[in-house]
Amino acid sequence: MSSLVDIRSRFDTAALLAGGILLCVVIAVFSTAFEPDRTVFDTPRLALGFGFLAILGVRYSLGFARHMAGDVALGVVAALSAWMLIPVVHQHVGEAASGFWALAVAYWLASWLFVERMAAWKLTNPSLTRAVNLAIPIVFGITLLVLWELAAKGFGIPKVLLPAPSEIWVRLTGSVPILWADFQQTFLKAVLIGYALGCGSAFLTAIAIDRVPFLRRGLLPIGNLVSALPIIGVAPIMVMWFGFDWPSKAAVVIIMTFFPMLVNTVSGLAAADAMQKDLMRTYASNYWQTLIKLRLPMAMPFIFNALKINSTLALIGAIVAEFFGTPIVGMGFRISTEVGRMNVDMVWAEIAIAALAGSLFYGIVALLERAVTFWHPSIRGSRG
Amino acid sequence: MLTASEIEDGLEDAMRKPDPVIDIDNLSLTFETNDGPVHALSDIDLKIEEGDFVSFIGPSGCGKTTLLRVIADLEQPTAGSITVNGVSPEAARLARAYGYVFQAAALYPWRTIAKNVALPLEIMGLSRDEQNRRIARNMELVNLSGFEKKFPWQLSGGMQQRASIARALAVEPDLLLMDEPFGALDEIVRDHLNEQLLQLWAKTNKTVVFVTHSIPEAVFLSSKIVVLCPRPGRIYDVIESDLPRERTLDIRETPQFLKIAHRVREGLKAGHSYED
Repeated sequence: MSSLVDIRSRFDTAALLAGGILLCVVIAVFSTAFEPDRTVFDTPRLALGFGFLAILGVRYSLGFARHMAGDVALGVVAALSAWMLIPVVHQHVGEAASGFWALAVAYWLASWLFVERMAAWKLTNPSLTRAVNLAIPIVFGITLLVLWELAAKGFGIPKVLLPAPSEIWVRLTGSVPILWADFQQTFLKAVLIGYALGCGSAFLTAIAIDRVPFLRRGLLPIGNLVSALPIIGVAPIMVMWFGFDWPSKAAVVIIMTFFPMLVNTVSGLAAADAMQKDLMRTYASNYWQTLIKLRLPMAMPFIFNALKINSTLALIGAIVAEFFGTPIVGMGFRISTEVGRMNVDMVWAEIAIAALAGSLFYGIVALLERAVTFWHPSIRGSRG
Repeated sequence: MLTASEIEDGLEDAMRKPDPVIDIDNLSLTFETNDGPVHALSDIDLKIEEGDFVSFIGPSGCGKTTLLRVIADLEQPTAGSITVNGVSPEAARLARAYGYVFQAAALYPWRTIAKNVALPLEIMGLSRDEQNRRIARNMELVNLSGFEKKFPWQLSGGMQQRASIARALAVEPDLLLMDEPFGALDEIVRDHLNEQLLQLWAKTNKTVVFVTHSIPEAVFLSSKIVVLCPRPGRIYDVIESDLPRERTLDIRETPQFLKIAHRVREGLKAGHSYED
């Protein structure tokens, strides 16, 4: 029986990945790394990277050092091999051959193995656990960026089609003042103000609908109608109404965020169950007391759903709205003009900023949600 | 015309007996449903005196919870009259004349236990000092001191139900309405809470109206047992218990107890038709 268990544990995912790394390393030895006839050993850095990966693969295949320190060493070795591979491919753009690709795949497998091992760590310290939980997606993201860099350079993909991350980074760090001005215009003005006004007015409208029943029949269908308006049609009209500057974009954001917030708040206000409402009735609680002490807390999970959905909708709305007339600043404006000038790396830099800002915005709202609805089973369950 | 002796009798009556806390007279309640009217309560006559511990017992669908909800002004009767503390149930509710304990604890999960007990006090607009005083006293009364900072989901079902009793008591009502408060708990916890409830009743001399479907529970707790039967919901029997006010769980073995329990069981059997 025990030998069966041994065999099974030696053929788990980690062992398979290690085997894959070894296979790739062997392929790399017997094929050209770069056209026309450079082998792995003609380039010192490539040879070093090869060595690292080979050691790593052999060690894991044999089952040595399957513990945390060994895993950290694995991560370091994977990072070192990436550090060896990237400069080399920059010297041989578009010349990569099977030997190089084998090493790239080996790097990918090594990172995969590292993440796999990290996810399996059993830590007792909660802050360390949180750090590892954060590290896993970061390592995953870095791996994707490295593979993107290797592929873009190795295949020699034209910059207009897909710039390498390094080129985007160079453009990003080189145009901080422009990007900051765009970010201010689009995010700090149009998105945040539109988001606050849209969500806030929808919240108040939901309360009004709840308080005055006939509004439910009148306002909800109108809200539905507004949400169905195509942004492409609304944005130019808003520009005509509110001018070229950010207020017209904020208006588009308000229209986009209003309905999700309205619908969610209205259904959230209906979430309190009969017994909880009866309880408030036995205390002779008035409408506002019941609203504040029972119905709003019960509605919070719904309201935060809308706030999270809207955090990304608002950014999309503001950027797209800038395609329809804007002063010569703003993320949407920059994207549309730089595409026309074939400066695709600038477009990607704006996309990176938008992605980062959107994720941060979403993350902050999600953190706020955890703090406010800590009592909800979905959150207190994950706290353990 | 009344004769002098009749007036004298009436005066004597009035002086001997205080007004009942709850006076129900010929009360009916019919729900209109899509399948036609449902007679939830029919011709209920009942007086509950101050300091009584009254249990409503009957099979499900007999209207015992509905009757309690009528007393609490959570349902409106369709015929007959009812007074609570001499006024309409609505006036009594607005005067916060009663505390109501539901089948489930219905604690708010975003509030700590102490904050849950404080909920009615906040609504009543009591001062912070008075709130803290009442929280401490009632948490102690239900043996929950030390759990003030816990959240409801961190407590067992029995402790949650005790917290909900503390919340009802914090209003400091003279009348306590309890709707199968221990129905969801296991028997050991239930026995324990029954004993605590009796001690509480003896200590505070409150009037308690208690809905249950457990015969031992009803007999053990009550000074008066009202047996209801279904279709339409009506009172079948009212049993005045002659058990002493001070009781321990051992009383359940005495012939006196078993006699009352037998009468309740007979009432439930006779009032319940097994044809449907």
